[in-house]
Amino acid sequence: MARIIVITSGKGGVGKTTTSAALSMGLAQRGHRTVVIDFDVGLRNLDLIMGCERRVVYDFVNVINHEANLNQALIRDKRCDNLYVLPASQTRDKEALTKEGVGRVLEELSQGYDFIVCDSPAGIEHGATMAMYFADDAVVVTNPEVSSVRDSDRMLGILASKSRRAETNAEPIREFLLLTRYDPQRVETGEMLSVKDVQDILSLNLLGVIPESKAVLTASNSGVPVILDRESDAGQAYADAVCRFLGEDLPHRFIQVEKKGFFNRLFGG
Amino acid sequence: MAVNSRPPAGEAPPAFELKAAGFTLPVIRLLNGDMEAVAEQIGAKVEQAPDFFHNTPVVIDLGAFPEWAGEVEFPLLVGLLRGYGMIPFGVRGGSKAQHAAAEAMDLAVLGEAYSRSAKAAPAAASAAGAAAPETGHGAVPTFTLVTRPVRSGQSIYAAGGDLSVIAPVSSGAELKADGNIHVYGVLRGRAQAGHRGNVEARIFCQDLQAELVSVAGHYRVAENIPADLRGVPVQVYLDQKILRIEKI
Repeated sequence: MARIIVITSGKGGVGKTTTSAALSMGLAQRGHRTVVIDFDVGLRNLDLIMGCERRVVYDFVNVINHEANLNQALIRDKRCDNLYVLPASQTRDKEALTKEGVGRVLEELSQGYDFIVCDSPAGIEHGATMAMYFADDAVVVTNPEVSSVRDSDRMLGILASKSRRAETNAEPIREFLLLTRYDPQRVETGEMLSVKDVQDILSLNLLGVIPESKAVLTASNSGVPVILDRESDAGQAYADAVCRFLGEDLPHRFIQVEKKGFFNRLFGG
Repeated sequence: MAVNSRPPAGEAPPAFELKAAGFTLPVIRLLNGDMEAVAEQIGAKVEQAPDFFHNTPVVIDLGAFPEWAGEVEFPLLVGLLRGYGMIPFGVRGGSKAQHAAAEAMDLAVLGEAYSRSAKAAPAAASAAGAAAPETGHGAVPTFTLVTRPVRSGQSIYAAGGDLSVIAPVSSGAELKADGNIHVYGVLRGRAQAGHRGNVEARIFCQDLQAELVSVAGHYRVAENIPADLRGVPVQVYLDQKILRIEKI
């Protein structure tokens, strides 16, 4: 039976799709059969970030509507055999996602996969609620910025009340905080919320802190999940996050301002 | 130790693989029980396009067969379709009794597929009460012209005819036509010509950067389109069930 993980936030543009791509690639590279599903019907992006936009024939909505079966729609990642992508439709809208349809597809995927990563659209409307309804785990992606924190708090409330686990009084969804676009320099000058500030409001398990990084844009534009860029700070931070998700206890990197060594300060840079 | 050239029992090499595939096929949606009328009208259609119907597998759709028309005379119907060169192999829709009669004729009973074109057929042909194949043939050819850019997420379907677009087509947009598709600009989205099975349909474009092109259900995705065919005027057509993409 698969573990269903929803990557959600409330606020748009905080890094859900970047995280979905990185997390699912990280899990797959560690040997777990993983499928990542784009729930953003009409505004699909996951296929671009994963670099498989030229191989999309059928999509999630086609499978829900019995126009295609899962095998026809799933796209195997070329870099990792354990990773499959289920793209969203670009021409339909979110109403095409029905609870029964989504449930049926997730049930079928559960048979063959260890992890199902659901990339949620922004907002708290139908698309987002469909993405989180069946979740066992939730990664709430938040920027260290007031409106993002407030929206994440709202999303946590919805997870606690409108998910299937909430409705059936089952064990609640395991919630994790992923802080993205973190800039320790700006936190030090007081411009940006710190990890502690965010935790004061949200009180969640901290899965990871992803630093603001140029590598993310480069990765998106090349269709490569940023976790594959091992040299970059963001890539390494995502790799740490995957380890923590799988139970390892790692210290959080990239949250302190790097102290420049003597020679760096002497010669600039 | 004797050398045994045969593999041990239980490890024979596989003689076949079981796979699933989808096919786009003509559906004959029966609207009337009068086999003489059906025979006459089908005969007329076959005369217009004999190659299309020759050795073509067809499905008989009973979803619109009126209750007052009585029983479907399967032996007569199957006989007349075969006489025209078609290969009727299954039915869909209709009642359990009709399914039983179909099975007695060795026809398969197919599941109700999600059918978009189901909406168009009953309204169009109900007055005439004739059986009409659900293909582009015989319908009044129409022409759809699009002059504004087709944006990501938009879907344009030129039912019963050709589609011409004098503007760019964005990635994530969908063009569908029962006939041909012409794009006088860059085609970045998907283009599906011959949407209801017309194998003669073609796609013409000035700059091919499409995500997917298809004619009568035979498709190719961007990844499998060679780089030298991108960015230049091309035509896409079916040559005996193989999709060809060639520079114009």
